[in-house]
Amino acid sequence: MVNSAKLKVMTTHSALTYTSSEMMTIAAARLLKDEDVCFVGIGLPSAACNLARLTHARGITLIYESGTIGTKPIVLPLSIGDGELCATALTTVSVPEVFRYWLQGGRISIGFLSGAQVDRFGNINTTTIGPYGTPKVRLPGSGGAPEIAVSCGQIFIIMRHTKRAFVEKLDFLTSFGHGRKPYERKELGIKTQGPTVMITDLCVMQPDPDTQEFHVTSLHAGVTRDQVREDTGWDVKFADEVAETPQPTEFELNALRDLNLRTANAHGANGTPDSNG
Amino acid sequence: MSLAEAISTHVHDGDVVAMEGFTHLIPFAAGHEIIRQGRKNLTLVRMTPDLLYDQMIGMGVASKLIFSWGGNPGVGSLHRFRDAVEHAWPNPIEIEEHSHAAMANAYDAGAAGLPCAIFRGYLGSDLPKVNNKIKFIRCPFTGEDLASVAALRPNVAVIHAQKADMEGNVLVEGIIGVQKEAVLASTRAIVTVEEIVDALTPSQSTNVILPSWTVTAVVKIPGGAHPSYAYGYYERDNAFYIAWENISRDRNLFREWMQKNVMEATPESFATRAYHLASDTNSN
Repeated sequence: MVNSAKLKVMTTHSALTYTSSEMMTIAAARLLKDEDVCFVGIGLPSAACNLARLTHARGITLIYESGTIGTKPIVLPLSIGDGELCATALTTVSVPEVFRYWLQGGRISIGFLSGAQVDRFGNINTTTIGPYGTPKVRLPGSGGAPEIAVSCGQIFIIMRHTKRAFVEKLDFLTSFGHGRKPYERKELGIKTQGPTVMITDLCVMQPDPDTQEFHVTSLHAGVTRDQVREDTGWDVKFADEVAETPQPTEFELNALRDLNLRTANAHGANGTPDSNG
Repeated sequence: MSLAEAISTHVHDGDVVAMEGFTHLIPFAAGHEIIRQGRKNLTLVRMTPDLLYDQMIGMGVASKLIFSWGGNPGVGSLHRFRDAVEHAWPNPIEIEEHSHAAMANAYDAGAAGLPCAIFRGYLGSDLPKVNNKIKFIRCPFTGEDLASVAALRPNVAVIHAQKADMEGNVLVEGIIGVQKEAVLASTRAIVTVEEIVDALTPSQSTNVILPSWTVTAVVKIPGGAHPSYAYGYYERDNAFYIAWENISRDRNLFREWMQKNVMEATPESFATRAYHLASDTNSN
């Protein structure tokens, strides 16, 4: 789902100019650590994970569901199984093995997901818009996400912030976040944390510790609360203290732009792909 | 044996057909042959339907699809798949939808001769509500509720691989996906390969090897995975995947493209299509 309509150019005090999309990818990359083992989806997650690897988290282990483990792509892959991922991987295992031993086996600390719709509890829809039997839009479906959502230590969600995507009620719950009420994961016997942060092109959201509903904990520079309210389909709440997301540094911006440029040249198309896979 | 003979002998109307290859080594040449021969009412099985099943569904060979992710990777929708599901064009299609973990486990169970697969999955998801083939069972040792799906046992698996030797032993390397499981789960297996060599040397024996007695037919079709890729031979044609967005969006444009590039083409045309994408490390 390419959504380029929302790219807003912001000029800042520091004289650096960047887009809201760049801010989102950089804010997401910063959350990843050197010691993380990360299960990566195609599109926005892949950009954020590789940016982290190219900047502050050089030791991070990236795993794609095609079975490529410890991969270090020079350009962002267009598909989840580009040859680039295999050529730069420490090892490549079969698809059954990656889901059984590595994901289900509990070896992955962070799962990075995106989707067509998300609700206030971090549940994700990638299946249909409209009823399942008579869909208005038939989306690609789940891929690995339902098991990524429950088997990784925690889940980071990265999505463009629009009213169409941030909905009051999902048309279909593909991948489980926090359900509809606090502690529903525990009731289902799920031992992992689930979604702990949502990064958008407007803000960073985290679950309220009491209700597990995602509320805004940090606004990107120049973004107002009204803008977030306007682009969210539920009655969005704000944490008691809302921070301002630190702006991109020149180092981060250059690394991201170099990566995007290399990628565009390699794929014979413009910009980075923006589809979940 | 020619590809046309292999398909006409081993793929029949109404068969359950699994054509695997996870982004890599997708058996396009074999799929096009199935389209040319006008097979009908196939149940197509594939984790990621990709452009190949978009083409096959759009040409009306399938009445059912078993899958877990139906998009054009990194680009967007599969428009022919969507048109079939949303508007029953060119014919209605039944879908049985799973997650990747379920499909991978179901092939594994099929290869292992088990009736079903067991895994920790689908927790909290709506998918079990719309797919009655997804069940939950209780672990007899711990009491944990686990997902279970029936083993996949296709009539025929179709894959593309790098090499076969003179005896028909097959070598797959790079992203190996679920091809080994799909072949061993199926009653028959058709393999197209980039090249046929005298012998698979010992240094290659740590890669995935399918002994000749596990496959039914091996046919040499250089470039047979294009626009997907064959690791070590040619790169993925990402530009074509992007171009497919426009070709496939329109029914007439799609039909014209298929007429020219599939119906009036032959398996030999694949070598030319992959030529400009040849890998630097080509071992030929």
